[in-house]
Amino acid sequence: MTKITLTGQLVQYLFTGVTVGSIYAMVAVGFNIIYNVTDIINFAQGEFVMLGGLIMVFFTVTAKLPLPLAFVLTIAAVTAVGALMERFTINPLKNASVLTMIIVTIAVSILFKGIAMFVWGKDPYIFPPFSGSKPLFIYGAAIQTQTLWVLLMTAVMVVLMTIFFKKTRYGKAMLACADNPEAARLVGIKVNTMILISFALSAAIGAVAGAVITPISLMEYDRGALLALKGFGAAVLGGLGSFYGAVVAGVLLGIIESMCAGLVSSGYKDAVALILLLLVLYVRPSGLFGNVEASKIKEF
Amino acid sequence: MRSSNRKALFGLTLFLILFPVVAMNVSAIGHYLDVMIFVGIYCLINMGLSLLMGYAGQISLGHAAFFGLGAYTSGILCTKLSMSPWLAMIAGVGITALVAYIVGVPSLKLKGHYLAMATLGFGVIVHIFFNEEVSLTGGPSGFSDIPGLSILGFSLDNDLSYYILVWSLVVLTLIFSLNVIHSRIGRALRSLHDSQVAADAMGVETSRYKVMIFVLSAMYASIAGSLYTHYVGFLSPSSFDLFLSIKLVMMVVVGGMHNIWGALLGTWLLTFLGNEWLHVFHDFDILVYGAILLAVVMFLPDGLVHLVPRVSRVWKRG
Repeated sequence: MTKITLTGQLVQYLFTGVTVGSIYAMVAVGFNIIYNVTDIINFAQGEFVMLGGLIMVFFTVTAKLPLPLAFVLTIAAVTAVGALMERFTINPLKNASVLTMIIVTIAVSILFKGIAMFVWGKDPYIFPPFSGSKPLFIYGAAIQTQTLWVLLMTAVMVVLMTIFFKKTRYGKAMLACADNPEAARLVGIKVNTMILISFALSAAIGAVAGAVITPISLMEYDRGALLALKGFGAAVLGGLGSFYGAVVAGVLLGIIESMCAGLVSSGYKDAVALILLLLVLYVRPSGLFGNVEASKIKEF
Repeated sequence: MRSSNRKALFGLTLFLILFPVVAMNVSAIGHYLDVMIFVGIYCLINMGLSLLMGYAGQISLGHAAFFGLGAYTSGILCTKLSMSPWLAMIAGVGITALVAYIVGVPSLKLKGHYLAMATLGFGVIVHIFFNEEVSLTGGPSGFSDIPGLSILGFSLDNDLSYYILVWSLVVLTLIFSLNVIHSRIGRALRSLHDSQVAADAMGVETSRYKVMIFVLSAMYASIAGSLYTHYVGFLSPSSFDLFLSIKLVMMVVVGGMHNIWGALLGTWLLTFLGNEWLHVFHDFDILVYGAILLAVVMFLPDGLVHLVPRVSRVWKRG
């Protein structure tokens, strides 16, 4: 038994924070993808993470499939859910008011939550970590190997998304839709398809987040709302629309939360992220890394 | 007051008088009186939400917090300081109004999605506060033995007397709200809903009116909270969680958010569904809620109240 030192404890909190923060970051990137194309904030974003985790449990524990296959199938399934959501709820409501859009995505999130409870019940679920449950010891802190998977996957997803939006034709076409859907349509971009892709991609990244975090934090049907709120906090803190901002802010939020839980009060750990969210919204809605000038013409 | 409103108000009053007579004589629905008390309590909150959402075009996903602030203030002052329940109720309204003002001023500068998230975040923070301040609120297990209400020495300890109290307050608040809608403030609010820029340009002080209606709706919720506390006699944070905030918005939307009567209809329908008619689904009521909300927003965006004129037209044609 190794002695628990203060440094060890701090390192432990730091790693916990970075892990949770990576999940917030992925949720935030998910928000950004849809927001960048449609100006919609999808309140069901957290539900994609929940579904990712629980479907992964189904494929690994219930169906006993090998891990890589289960991972791919999970992402495919949640991506399909995202696409269906867009086709059946967002697409028919063109030109609806912002208020209606908010309520529709909330309705979908309740529906997903209800379906998850119907299928899996109220118990939390878990499946074994990707590469064994033997922890690594760093500066007296025990780090689960799954943590490294979380970090790796976050990095991979963010890099992939950035390349997609900056370099590929589809990615650029999607950004054009956000700037001006009319103009995008005039130059031959299929705006409807782009919106569909944005929901599918956003669901995919949510699925990845859910699949990698479940071995560490377990997953149950009602996790989505709080994940969405904190992920939104990260998205706003990083400047809505910016991927790298979302990652930095997500990790920052995770670390602050974990330090607060460890050193101050574990009961208020959820409140910390939310108070931060309110402060950013009130004081600097363009976020830490957002462009203040550009944000002035946006509707907050 | 418009004649259509006067007719509806007359109909509502008639229904409210006849309801207990019928309910108390038909044993199968005898306990409906109890459900109607909860309907009344939620109606109080939702009339405020309807003013805020349907008339001012602003959303709040945090109204469970104001409901909870009223409830806890009443509960704590009555049990710990033995204050008179009516004074405690007024104190609750004062505290809630203050909190709503402090949160409302910066929040209502935000629009659309940002406002929704800000109010959602605020609601969750207050819920965490109820859970964590154990010495004050009793924490997750809450506290009980909250005294009931009485008027002039007459104790309101049976369902019928409480029903009369709650629904009298609902009708008074409804008349007050209808007057607000048809006043200068109401017109300003509607102009704000249509286009804030145009309203600003016409010299309507949009931000002041928005905060005003937000605070008013929080005060309604606080009174509802106090009534809830004294009726149930027991408080725990789970009665004021995020899902309640969403359910309140759902009631307003399902009934029809552009019409205060819609809020009443939606509240009545969803409360009866939740408390009575969805028991067959056990815990899966949440699935039904999601489906109902989605169906209404997609296919009946003006809410169920929109069907009323159509139905009555068919009725008259006979």
